[in-house]
Amino acid sequence: MTKQDKAIKSQEVPMSRRGFLGFLGKGAACTSALACTGAAVGSSLLSEPKRGFQQNEEQLAESINNPPKLEDYNWNDHSWAMGVDTDRCIGCLRCMEACKMENSVQMDAFHHRTWVERYTYLEGSNTAIVDSQADPKNIENAGSETRFRFDNRYKDVKVDKAFFVPKLCNQCEHPSCVQVCPTGATFKAKDGPVLIDTTYCIGCQYCVQACPYGARSFNEVRGVAEKCNWCYHRITKGLNPACVEVCPTGTRIFGDRNDPESPVSLFIKNNHVQVLKPEMGNAPNVFYKGTDKEVV
Amino acid sequence: MESVFHHVTPHIGFIYPNESELPWTQLIVIYPYITGLVAGAFVVSSLHHVFNIKSFAPVSRFALLTALCFMFFAPSPLLFHLGQPTRAFNAVITPHWTSAMAAFGYVAGFYLCLLILETWFAFRADIVAMSKDRPGFMGKIYGWLTLGSDDVTPKALAIDHKIARILSMIGIPAACGLHGYVGFVFGSLKTREWWSSDLMPVIFLLSAVGSGVGLLIVLYVIASKFRKTPIIDETMRGLLYVLFTAITVVMVIEGLELLEIFYKAREGVETVRELIMGPIWAGMSIQWAMSFFVLAVTSTLLLYNVHGEKLVKWLFAAGLAMMVGVLAMRWNVVIGGQELSKTMKGLLTYYPEVWGRESLSVVALISIMPYLTLWLATKLLPPWKDGEEYGFGALGSHKHT
Repeated sequence: MTKQDKAIKSQEVPMSRRGFLGFLGKGAACTSALACTGAAVGSSLLSEPKRGFQQNEEQLAESINNPPKLEDYNWNDHSWAMGVDTDRCIGCLRCMEACKMENSVQMDAFHHRTWVERYTYLEGSNTAIVDSQADPKNIENAGSETRFRFDNRYKDVKVDKAFFVPKLCNQCEHPSCVQVCPTGATFKAKDGPVLIDTTYCIGCQYCVQACPYGARSFNEVRGVAEKCNWCYHRITKGLNPACVEVCPTGTRIFGDRNDPESPVSLFIKNNHVQVLKPEMGNAPNVFYKGTDKEVV
Repeated sequence: MESVFHHVTPHIGFIYPNESELPWTQLIVIYPYITGLVAGAFVVSSLHHVFNIKSFAPVSRFALLTALCFMFFAPSPLLFHLGQPTRAFNAVITPHWTSAMAAFGYVAGFYLCLLILETWFAFRADIVAMSKDRPGFMGKIYGWLTLGSDDVTPKALAIDHKIARILSMIGIPAACGLHGYVGFVFGSLKTREWWSSDLMPVIFLLSAVGSGVGLLIVLYVIASKFRKTPIIDETMRGLLYVLFTAITVVMVIEGLELLEIFYKAREGVETVRELIMGPIWAGMSIQWAMSFFVLAVTSTLLLYNVHGEKLVKWLFAAGLAMMVGVLAMRWNVVIGGQELSKTMKGLLTYYPEVWGRESLSVVALISIMPYLTLWLATKLLPPWKDGEEYGFGALGSHKHT
């Protein structure tokens, strides 16, 4: 057990996750989950970065052997979608942090389910310089792979234009990753998200190759592919994904497109939105407002 | 820096954060390489079995054994690569048919069965003879290998020959399918500019034939030197023709592929140029230098109608160069494709590990195993015929024009 696991263990309530959530109710669950997040990230800063998991092996086994039964959830009734208002993003990276903690993503610079890209046009330049938190300079400046910060490298130069673009899995309508999976371990759920059966994945990484958005990574410790699933364990309980929950500026908008009054339906209706790399033909379900020609 | 990074994959420009670690490493470089050697060796064996080109008769059964021994190890790089190797058969039990990879188990399995069957029919008469000649334990082994079929009347042998020929005929499209399929695994990925090409299956197939012929030339010369038997001039000439044809077509198609990328000059073409001048510069230099060498040598040998010891020496060098060139080409495709970021705004440089599950040492081990197996196989089933059964004295001229 890593130091981080121990730190997280000390935060745990001795109850199953499901019972715990049911007991506390939605709002309280969110608050405590975030408190856990903060504490765990804080503790990880004190120690050397480790390839740690919030979900330890016993918890993983429990979630596989005794999955929560959602009696009042019908995936035919929903069509989840996400909007990203890039004009609002301030690059604070709380979304990355929350995602890493919520989904037991490996705590290093090479495994991400969501990340934020920074596009900067220097004065007189027609092309943007791009970097993300995983850029060595940003990590060196922050002092740790798990301290999610952008450095201030442009403070002495004139910048014409700069903006942030949050990225995550696009949960495509025609997902390349599902197309190439040789076993069917990854599949498109009826309600939108592309999910992975990690007990069936053989770890060939063909899906990692096939994703045009670089949204997939490979978990070497567990030998299987990983990706964002819009916090499927949360959205099926009526909660928002962790990144949406923590975003302080409302950059990320989430909801059900079957509900015309949901935040994401209104966002798509009221704004000019576009998707990333439409030429790939993947028909993404993450809709961006205010991106730029340079965004890849 | 070391204190904040577990390890650093050097990159320039912008890459997606998840791209820092290459999904497919050197194991996936040798997988198409070994499969290619199988396909090439099999084609040579078929030239005798199917098309009845006499000059290939002396290497025909050896080529078949070579193809079989290399095929045994074709899936091993994949197994070493899988994150969950014990689940490998999930792809066979519940194949997801939209995936090119799902077909691998079936294609490879079919081809392996076909090779085993053809080998058995090609060697059955010898096995029966050895089961009677050899004393003790080995005699028993050969007895089992006959599978109870010890009829060696001319009629039975004619049936053997016919079946082996039919299997060999099925084997040609199967070998092409197996290797064209490997090319499809790469060429069908729209996300990677360096791979996404309709020419990819063709390139893979043709370079496979080239490398397989190269392998056979090298092995035939070495085996003959070891056995102190004369190297048959007709056979070397035949191999020379195949090698010349393969290298010519491969170079043209690969050249066209590069030309198309730069002529179309789609977004990010500067990054492709940087890739060739940067991370895979060494690989590209080896690939093209070797290709030009093979082309020059084979052309000269043909032009001056070279025979004898000179032909052996130079064709051996060309065969070896072909193998090295195709290995470099596999590296350039597999690793190069991943060094070019999906953002088309950045490049990675991949440094292979020396020790570990996915490392150069494992690659070396897997690469040596087919040769060792082949050596053992030639002990068990000697593919050579002594004397002048091939009748080259009477053959006079080449009939394979």
